[in-house]
Amino acid sequence: MPHPIALKDPHRETRIYQSRSFTAIAIVLVLLGIIVARYYNLQITEYETYRTQSDSNRVRLEPLPPKRGLIYDRNGVLLADNRPSFTLSIIRERVRDLDATLAELGQIIELDDGEVEKFRERLLRRRPYEAVPLHFRLSAAERARLAVDRYRMPGVVVEAQLLRHYPHGELFSHAIGYVGRINEREAEEVDESNYRGTFHIGKVGIEKHYEDLLHGKVGYQNVETDAHGRVLRVLERFDPTPGANITLNLDINIQRAAVEALGERRGAVVAIDPRSGGVLALVSTPGFDTNLFVNGISSKDYSALRDSPDVPLFNRAVQGQYPPGSTIKPMMGMAGLQSGLITPEYTVPDPGWYSLPGDSHRYRDWILRIRGTGHAPRVDLNMAIAESCDTYFYDLGHRLTIDRMHDYLAPFGLGQRTDIDTTNERPGVLPSKRWKRESLNQPWYPGETVSASIGQGYMLATPLQLAEATAVIASRGVRHTPRLLGAINGEPVPAPLLDPLVAKPEYWDAIYAGMLEVVNGTRGTAKALAKGIQYQMAGKTGTAQVIGIAQGAVYKEDEVDERHRHHGLFIAFAPVEAPTIALGIIVENGGGSGAASPIARKVIDTWLLGHSDFEDPADG
Amino acid sequence: MADYVRQMPNQGSADLARRPSTASRLHIDLPLLFLLLILTGYGLVVLYSASGQDFGAVIRQGRYFLVAYVVMFLAAQLSLQRYARWAPWFYVAGVCTLVAVIFFGVGAKGAQRWLQIGGFRFQPSEIMKLVVPMAVACFLAERTLPPRFQHVIVALVILGLPAALILRQPDLGTALLIAASGLFVLFMAGIGWRYIFGAALAVVASAWPAWMFMLQDYQKQRILTLLNPESDKLGAGWNIIQSKTAIGSGGWTGKGWLSGTQSQLDFLPESHTDFIIAVLAEEFGLRGVLTLMFLYSLVLWRGFVIGMSAQSSFGRMMAGSLTLTFFVYVFVNMGMVAGLLPVVGVPLPLVSAGGTALVTLMAGFGVLMAVSTEKRMVVR
Repeated sequence: MPHPIALKDPHRETRIYQSRSFTAIAIVLVLLGIIVARYYNLQITEYETYRTQSDSNRVRLEPLPPKRGLIYDRNGVLLADNRPSFTLSIIRERVRDLDATLAELGQIIELDDGEVEKFRERLLRRRPYEAVPLHFRLSAAERARLAVDRYRMPGVVVEAQLLRHYPHGELFSHAIGYVGRINEREAEEVDESNYRGTFHIGKVGIEKHYEDLLHGKVGYQNVETDAHGRVLRVLERFDPTPGANITLNLDINIQRAAVEALGERRGAVVAIDPRSGGVLALVSTPGFDTNLFVNGISSKDYSALRDSPDVPLFNRAVQGQYPPGSTIKPMMGMAGLQSGLITPEYTVPDPGWYSLPGDSHRYRDWILRIRGTGHAPRVDLNMAIAESCDTYFYDLGHRLTIDRMHDYLAPFGLGQRTDIDTTNERPGVLPSKRWKRESLNQPWYPGETVSASIGQGYMLATPLQLAEATAVIASRGVRHTPRLLGAINGEPVPAPLLDPLVAKPEYWDAIYAGMLEVVNGTRGTAKALAKGIQYQMAGKTGTAQVIGIAQGAVYKEDEVDERHRHHGLFIAFAPVEAPTIALGIIVENGGGSGAASPIARKVIDTWLLGHSDFEDPADG
Repeated sequence: MADYVRQMPNQGSADLARRPSTASRLHIDLPLLFLLLILTGYGLVVLYSASGQDFGAVIRQGRYFLVAYVVMFLAAQLSLQRYARWAPWFYVAGVCTLVAVIFFGVGAKGAQRWLQIGGFRFQPSEIMKLVVPMAVACFLAERTLPPRFQHVIVALVILGLPAALILRQPDLGTALLIAASGLFVLFMAGIGWRYIFGAALAVVASAWPAWMFMLQDYQKQRILTLLNPESDKLGAGWNIIQSKTAIGSGGWTGKGWLSGTQSQLDFLPESHTDFIIAVLAEEFGLRGVLTLMFLYSLVLWRGFVIGMSAQSSFGRMMAGSLTLTFFVYVFVNMGMVAGLLPVVGVPLPLVSAGGTALVTLMAGFGVLMAVSTEKRMVVR
């Protein structure tokens, strides 16, 4: 027989099995005995205790929701607090006829259908004898009317509750975000016991990112009640742990300065302290009143926000991805210096256009349209940055090639999320051959390198990334993960440090000098900012095309639809001797960088001097 | 072993001369069937009360029972040789579906447990509750018993692979149950006591360093809550406090059918599924609990008897493992509701409402019947 059957001993196997069976039976009996003993203990020995407990059913466990942590700006100005508010709730078990009660309540206060529908949803998720909220923010008059009639409606209760309030709602709409009522999906994800008695949760921004920190830990109390559910006395109480109070790095003064400087225009301003990585301002306009969302925004208000062509709910500062345009040039200059392809003294001939070797296509410099010629016969790095010479960077970009450009620009934080502590951040695009292959499944063309070298083409950056890259220059290579959070309960929380961008000091000097010249040089592209300035400011202008302009065609601002005008960009840092602020600014369809640069002056004035007298030349 | 016994020529045995009964021709173990019918009947009575006197819930559960009994009947028709021959293929297919769950699975609350094909959904880990012990038993039955060291290792791999895949889903409860069903086969196969004590020692010895160095604080907290649910008064502890009150207030005689205040007033969570024993205990008292436990004990007894009189080692080991797994369900469920054991989602067999677990359970009883009726066709 092929099987090793000779080795098997059926009798021995049967014997072993029987002995194992008896062992198993013995173990099973012991364990069943333990179960019997347990049920005996509960049902016979402890019977009286449990019988009393269940008979009167008078002991009730109530959750005590924690107080949500407060949010302050760096000066201690309150940005989010909790205000008492009265909520009309219903204990389902005490109501005989729910529909009748709801109808009766509808006579006393105004209830809309959406409210009742949401109440019914919450009703399905409740614990027995839990008060389920029906209507929030009762007015004093409503409370008085209810007090008169409530005795007729058992199970209807009015509870005082703390509700989130944003004193500067619109000013910080995108920086702080808001809380809203917990929806079904969130209810499934949160720790069920810790959110007993809590009906709000952070939805976006700081409120969502630091939800765990701000929420705190639930407490509970055992209360004795009478037959109507009224609390007679508290038997035991475990206090909730309130959420942490947090202080942000944001500064309300420059936040306000940025919002006011942007005015009615769509745009974003991000300010970072290059010394610490702290985010001083995070503005996206238009904003909206975050208080609308706290108790469920009405569908009318919501569709107005959602359908507005200005998309106020879109956080341009971290979600908006724009071509960085010429603001990329200081970083490109550093890439050239680092790669050894240029030196501060190296010059490029500038006829006002550039052609790839063996190709007749002319890549025009912006100055060609204005002067009909280039910036100068030969242009060096300083002039290339100060006057925003395209030809210089076309040449550099072509020699650098796209993949090396990617590798040298990546340390500035472009093309990847900065991991700032808020929600919905987008990564932007820092193109490379691999990126194009993976995302578009197309080969890279040399002409695309030329566009990329002046921040056009595929390259996209968020205003936050521009501010971050500027902070890296301002700090001469020290890199942080930008942080809105500055301190938890007064304990400072430093921003995480990243690997520095190491470069020779003279390289940083060269970039600094070029950016200084932008503001202070006689031919600098932002020389209007220097008027009456009391400190040294460095910057770089940028313009991003919204629509393509055909070869040979001319862009005339007044003839173009407002939505198709160029985006204006500006990056800046100050004071140059020891920078304390770095900015990234975009003004959508601003026409050009002239729309963005005055905002930088106003914000930095406010930061360094406490106020700004600067008058926007465009306004005059 | 059964193979060679069966191949022997008939020697005019008295057993064979007797006409086989209808039950044995249909491969039905009458005592077991009888017990199961009583238990399911008892279960439906309790369910009517636990579901808030919802007759629809009883009808629904009745339909599940119908399907489950059909599955049991079908499972009993296959011969053990066929199970043994198919076990490896079942196993391979089962592991493949578990891998498929990782890539295509659907689920809720961050766990992926289901495969969806068209409009039909099924849970591969459920099938593995039968396939894993079958595969281990099939592997060991072809080798000498008690198993040698290298065979023990292979058996551990056979049961460990699906258990690990299910753990990943993550579904700790099912993973442990499946690992246990395989380990029971090893135990019944007569694996040496030194292995058993060695493994127990290794588990205890590795628990301490894991606790000290590997687990994060929040993970420790979760384990502590699991072990002591009453520390989480608003979460898991709430259920336990309520179920203990329900059980305790039932006393010896109970409050009477449909009169349990705890259950009828909705204090009890999941009263018709995992916590249904609390309803039974409240309304029928300790008397009712002991009656249920007596019925369970008879089922267990029948399972052990079938195992001991089985003819093949494969059948024996299957019978032993299925019986012990059934016991684990009873023990864990009754223990957790009474606050003795951590709250893990294990239903009370044959009583809790629900279809999927019931069908697997009854398929297991079908296999048990196949073991039980096989012996009547062979000569001793």
